[in-house]
Amino acid sequence: MTPAWRTPLRGLGMAAALLLGVTACGSGGGSSAGDVRSALEEGGKITVWAWEPTLKSVVEDFEKEHPNVDVELVNAGTGPDQYSALQNAVKAGSGVPDLAQIEYFALSQFAVGESVADLSPMGAADLDGTFSKGPWSSVNLEGGIYGMPMDSGPMALFYNKDVFDEHGIEVPATWEEYIEAGRRLHKADPDAYITSDTGDAGLATSLIWQAGGQPFTVDGTDVTVDFTDEGSTTYAETWQQLLDDDLVAPVNSWTDEWFQGMADGTIASVVAGAWMPANLESSVADGAGSWRVAPMPQWEEGASASAENGGSSLAVPEAGENKELAYAFAEYATTGDGVATRLAEGAFPATTADLEDERFLSREFEYFGGQKANEVFAESAGNVVEGWSYLPYQVYANEVFNDTVGKAYVSDTTLQEGLAAWQEQTVEYGNQQGFTVNE
Amino acid sequence: MTTSAAPAPVAARPSPRRPRPRRSWTGWAFIGPFMAVFALVFLAPIAYSVYLSLFQDRLIGGNTFVGLDNYTRALTDAQFWSGLGRVSLFLAVQVPVMLVLALLAALAVDSGRLYGRDFFRISIFLPYAVPAVVASLMWGFMYGTRFGLVGNVNEALSVTLPDPLSPDLVLASIGNIVTWEFVGYNMLIFYSALRVIPISLYEAAEIDGAGQLRTITAIKLPAIRGALVIATIFSIIGSFQLFNEPSILQKLAPNAITSDFTPNLFTYSLAFAGQQHNYAATVAIVMGLITMAIAYTVQLRGMRKGA
Amino acid sequence: MSTSAPASTPSSRSGAASTRTAGARLRAPKRAARRRGAAPRRSVVLTLLTGLVLVYSLLPLIWLVVNATKTQADLFGSFGLWFSGDFALFANIADTLTYDGGIFTRWLLNTVLYVVLGAGGATLLAVLGGYALAKFDFPGKRAVFAVVIGAVAVPGTALAVPTFLMFSEVGLTNTPWSVIIPSLISPFGLYLMWVFATDAIPDELLEAARIDGSGELRTFARIALPLLGPGTVTVALFTMVATWNNYFLPLIMLKNPDWYPLTLGLDAWNDQASTAGGEAVFDLVITGSLLSIVPLIIAFLLLQRFWQSGLAAGSVKG
Repeated sequence: MTPAWRTPLRGLGMAAALLLGVTACGSGGGSSAGDVRSALEEGGKITVWAWEPTLKSVVEDFEKEHPNVDVELVNAGTGPDQYSALQNAVKAGSGVPDLAQIEYFALSQFAVGESVADLSPMGAADLDGTFSKGPWSSVNLEGGIYGMPMDSGPMALFYNKDVFDEHGIEVPATWEEYIEAGRRLHKADPDAYITSDTGDAGLATSLIWQAGGQPFTVDGTDVTVDFTDEGSTTYAETWQQLLDDDLVAPVNSWTDEWFQGMADGTIASVVAGAWMPANLESSVADGAGSWRVAPMPQWEEGASASAENGGSSLAVPEAGENKELAYAFAEYATTGDGVATRLAEGAFPATTADLEDERFLSREFEYFGGQKANEVFAESAGNVVEGWSYLPYQVYANEVFNDTVGKAYVSDTTLQEGLAAWQEQTVEYGNQQGFTVNE
Repeated sequence: MTTSAAPAPVAARPSPRRPRPRRSWTGWAFIGPFMAVFALVFLAPIAYSVYLSLFQDRLIGGNTFVGLDNYTRALTDAQFWSGLGRVSLFLAVQVPVMLVLALLAALAVDSGRLYGRDFFRISIFLPYAVPAVVASLMWGFMYGTRFGLVGNVNEALSVTLPDPLSPDLVLASIGNIVTWEFVGYNMLIFYSALRVIPISLYEAAEIDGAGQLRTITAIKLPAIRGALVIATIFSIIGSFQLFNEPSILQKLAPNAITSDFTPNLFTYSLAFAGQQHNYAATVAIVMGLITMAIAYTVQLRGMRKGA
Repeated sequence: MSTSAPASTPSSRSGAASTRTAGARLRAPKRAARRRGAAPRRSVVLTLLTGLVLVYSLLPLIWLVVNATKTQADLFGSFGLWFSGDFALFANIADTLTYDGGIFTRWLLNTVLYVVLGAGGATLLAVLGGYALAKFDFPGKRAVFAVVIGAVAVPGTALAVPTFLMFSEVGLTNTPWSVIIPSLISPFGLYLMWVFATDAIPDELLEAARIDGSGELRTFARIALPLLGPGTVTVALFTMVATWNNYFLPLIMLKNPDWYPLTLGLDAWNDQASTAGGEAVFDLVITGSLLSIVPLIIAFLLLQRFWQSGLAAGSVKG
């Protein structure tokens, strides 16, 4: 943990933190926070759209605790599918859920369109300090709080130690070393690659974020897209070397080939958010014991910069019929007892109390050969570079990422040219949607 | 048109219940239900689309009437035209390959010279029963160069087959899936048409001493011209609306199958990821008009030659 | 067509067929009496050549069957076209049927519901409509088919949003009706029944019934319907395939997995691997795919005799 990140809460444990959360909420005053309490007493039914698997148990517990509340949990699609559905429902004015899972990168799109409610008056305003800074800044938009951080994805390097050892590769501390490791590995075993990448908007933006780039700046409806800043350029030039020398496996993430490659050692590492262990455990079971976690390689030697990758919030749609009750459930799931339930099932917390909890930090991951991986993640969470923001239409931007930047993976186009094309397309779209972009 | 030659002189029977041959509304009692549902699920959304195409709804600034601006934009949109070019290429290659294959299979099955004819007929038709989603998932697995069938072949023969999902080949790979799905279906249409060629025609050919090949070109093919034209039209419409297969494969080949890969994928990503319902509706209408124009042209030309 | 889905299914967007010309009609034959007296000599060469098409058609299905017998580990570790490791077919089937509280069975039942109501209704509407087009002259008749064909040419993807907005206006989205109602329309079925009814029902029979004072509905039910049997089976099968394979429309309309049809459910399982904490279940996707096509294949085989005669009559006019 970085010192700057320590708070007096450290060591008090989860129970105390929860207590604090509750008092904060209660003392926050304002009629709306009171409305939340009375809504909970009154009970009723809410619909939650989420694909996060751990919420199932949270709902069960919540209903047990509040027998007069009925929570209907619906998996309305994963990511963009669900956003389309939500936007369509909002447009149609019916069928809107009371609570929806929205990833951090997509939240500002809904906030700008005023499709989701500002939760500050209901008590979220008092939660400052409850969540780690990456997620908290992601839900703080336009002067309001538009979602409750549910989990977070401080990044780390996951690597196959057996493969590294076999080829005498040290854990790389910088991206230059990482590329060098890739070269050695691929040379020694032409079937093996340091990692796989076929163009992923989430990964690319996270790496630019770590490199200190700020390609997207948003001020109300004034938006700037600029991939020529230093961070973006550093990323593009460095990562380009991996592509030029065919050092990344051309395997799409989340496919059978990808999981298989991680299991058989042909994909030797992956850079991802702290939610990755759950996926490794369930889908790359054969890799148990071989894999380890290390801090992200750095763009500058000796630095300790990190970024967030993925993670979701729970947001309350403006058109929902029972906003107070929805907020009550969201609070339970993100700062209340629900957190412990979700952590037990493998989710990674966004709450500082848990990130600093000794039991959490000292958990030994069998999958990682007994390594206390949470220490690495928690440190990463504290090192997230500040000042990053996504576009208020990032969902569309990510949709066309592979149309533009993706070209670099399958043709002579360079990453930098790809980013320029991405910039052009997102600028055009933004202007069409009524934003003032790059003017 | 189908109400064949009006039956005999009916004139003098003033029965009120005789709808034919005089025009009456009775027929609507039977076609009415179809048309009512049709109006609900086709005409109304189309009318609504036309209405939508005249507006622009922005994230910032709301909904405004823009006249024909969306149409102007569509006609000059490089993404739209590149998608249209791609499906045209698909149409020009995949449709002939599939139909010729289907026709050859139909002629072979119809010739009576195959061992196990019925087995051939039903087996080749079976892929039609496989949903496009399942077919694409399945072929997607097989196309895998590492663990799929392609990978198996590479390993077994120590060769390196080109990646079927690379940008150069992905259109052909999609063509293969579509061909696989529909070759049997088209075969069956042709085969059914061949089966009902009147025996008298064959007898005449036999008397003329026509050979096998001559019988095919002089009798069989002209006789099933109608079926050929219809199959062609279905396939044209199918090609222009190509969506399911590329959409499922997109997860496996994100850089090769762009969001504007086909006009239908383009409208989908505009409408759903881009929230540009108005422009998406416009592109769909333009695409519908082009499809109709081409389908009608093929129909007219195909039939005229036959007549 | 069945839905505004953009399936590239020729069958589902038929219609254009309308144009029979005089040329085609002239040759329209009497029902093919079994022709050609002497059976021609069978040819090994021709059988082998056609066998190539056969292999092409069956190979992927064999791949599917073989891989449905493998465990997830063997799935990727062994040769795709031969059995390997444990024979896990039954375990896989059991897993597929019980995974996530047996949701697969629910999807299967949903699909059956959509097929019975959607394809059943589509067949009924097509039979009624085809009969009207074949045996009645009514105002607007020429326009009917032109409109139907024109509408089919408009890509369904973009109609999806307007349809969604309209349906949600009346509260139909996320209900089975949002899938069933659009499935009720099959232009191809309408066309097929039109052509079939023209030949299958002699005008004289209808005349006679009318002279006897039989009402139109009664005439239809007692005289026309029995004659339309094979055509009806054919249309029923094709609308069934279209409904069974329906993907795009449910994707837009349904948000609750409890109402998913099989296609959507399988796709969701395939996507599941890509969520944080999600579990990759590719073995279940493959076994589920196999299970999802078995009922259709059985239906095809059982009803083979009927649909082939129905199709033969229909395609003639093509």
